[in-house]
Amino acid sequence: MAPIVEIIDVSKSYQRGNRIIPVLQNINLIIEEGEFLALMGPSGSGKSTLLNLIAALDQVDRGIIRVGGIDITALSESELAEWRAINVGFIFQFYNLIPVLTAFENVELPLLLTGLSRKEREEHVATALRVVNLEDRMDHYPAQLSGGEQQRVAIARAIVTDPVILVADEPTGDLDKVAAREILELMDRLNRESHKTIIMVTHDPRAAEKARVIRRLEKGFLNDVHSQDSR
Amino acid sequence: MFILKILVRNAFRHKLRTFLTILGITVAILAFGLLRTFINAWYGGVEASSASRLITRNSLSLIFFLPLSYKDKIRQVDGVKTVSWGNWFGGIYVDEKHFFANFAVDAKSYLDLYPEYILTPEEETAFLRDRKGFVAGRKLAKRFGWKIGDTVTLRGTIYPGNWDFVLRGIYRGRDESIDETQFFFHWDYLNESLKKTTPSRADQVGWYMVGVSHPDLTPEVSLAIDRLFKNSIAETLTETEKAFQLSFIAMSEAILIAIELVSFVVIIIIIAVVANTMSMTYRERIGEYAIFKTLGYRGWRIAGMILGESMVITGIGSFWGILLTFPVARYAGKILSNYFPVFKVPAEAIYMEIVASFIVGILAAIVPTWRAIRIRIADGLRRID
Repeated sequence: MAPIVEIIDVSKSYQRGNRIIPVLQNINLIIEEGEFLALMGPSGSGKSTLLNLIAALDQVDRGIIRVGGIDITALSESELAEWRAINVGFIFQFYNLIPVLTAFENVELPLLLTGLSRKEREEHVATALRVVNLEDRMDHYPAQLSGGEQQRVAIARAIVTDPVILVADEPTGDLDKVAAREILELMDRLNRESHKTIIMVTHDPRAAEKARVIRRLEKGFLNDVHSQDSR
Repeated sequence: MFILKILVRNAFRHKLRTFLTILGITVAILAFGLLRTFINAWYGGVEASSASRLITRNSLSLIFFLPLSYKDKIRQVDGVKTVSWGNWFGGIYVDEKHFFANFAVDAKSYLDLYPEYILTPEEETAFLRDRKGFVAGRKLAKRFGWKIGDTVTLRGTIYPGNWDFVLRGIYRGRDESIDETQFFFHWDYLNESLKKTTPSRADQVGWYMVGVSHPDLTPEVSLAIDRLFKNSIAETLTETEKAFQLSFIAMSEAILIAIELVSFVVIIIIIAVVANTMSMTYRERIGEYAIFKTLGYRGWRIAGMILGESMVITGIGSFWGILLTFPVARYAGKILSNYFPVFKVPAEAIYMEIVASFIVGILAAIVPTWRAIRIRIADGLRRID
């Protein structure tokens, strides 16, 4: 498998008042195409920061990140916006759906930035909602859906543009056990059947079990590689 | 279409807050429109004035009279077509509350000079034949229920005594800008009575109204008239009818400036109210703006959403404000008809209301829009967590 994400010597720190707080230090990481990677670590270890950097939601202090061969650290704000729209699907802990839009409209949002016709957009949205098994709830607003259903809508929104990578930040963190299992199974299915590269940040060891590779971050450093390919 | 859907749905996400903001905008735009209408009404007489009429009065003050003999001299000035004259009568009908303008005029020349007061030929003839006759504007006659042939008594203030007049004509204005609340009667009736009671006050004129053959001649004619009476016992000041009207308005200029200022203060207040609403909206939706950015939406699209929402709210409020301006102004016009014979919403007030609504919508959204464009995605997402 070819590497889809290459992280080379990346460091990131935040400034709080006069203090500079290092969050990531000299991180090197290769993620293969089709991989399902879980990033684990205690709170404040920098795992969400690393995920944000991979998804171009934040900028590195030092180092290079290549995704699909493109050095995203060299792109401008507007180039990054365009790049994200095409290449990255996002799944958040709190679903982050737009409350005034229906499930259908939420999934349609990323497609409005493409040149697709209305009919084509409708077909794509219907397909994405079918994948997450929510075709019958497409006219419901987020408030009318359960947490698990909202997260499935968020997954449909993440996959509707057929992105290169899917990034998930604690995707089961706000769900009950049953809903969490459904979401993890859905992500597993996307990885196995659709060969989606998934990078997931999680605290939950049971969620991490679904990943093929687990990497641990501690105090800004990336530790051991734990492969679960034997599963 | 999709964006419009988001704008409208976002605008009504907090129904009570949006409703109250819209109500505030409606009231502010309505108040702005009414104040502009009020200012316009103040200038009503100026707008109705003719470019080919001059007013000649005593150069010291309007309260000093001019001799009647001036009329023949004025007539001889090149460019003068018609000369009429009048006196402010200041009579009271029943009591002081029933105020209306009433004055004595040289009837024939006055009607020639003011063709905007339209009488039927029968009414005109009847008025000219009856020395005790008077003419009232349509609104004035309607206000007191006067009918042709009715006798009306005014109590004189400047000219003491009870004065009886017979209504011989009810004029209507040539257009809406013409005052239909005036009362005028024969100057000869006043003058003859004065000759009997107080001869020293007879043959005195309050002002002359001079018709000029061409509006371009008014500067030369006014100079010629004033030159004629220079160094006389009663020097004159001749000015265009418009300037004459404006000199009255100048007396209350401070009030007008204050009203004008208040009209703009109303707009500033509503900008602050809408800006507050938009700031609250921004704070509540920082996370959503970050989500939009995450999905690839650029800053200008986010700006469009905030600005658009501000414009939707302001637009709805302004629409109702403008719509309500007309019936409210009509009602206010009825109440104030004693003071403002023409109280009509001018087109310019509506244009100003529209411009004001755009200014409110844009200015109120500037800061939240700027902040939403500038916010970093990671910071925005952190607000959700």
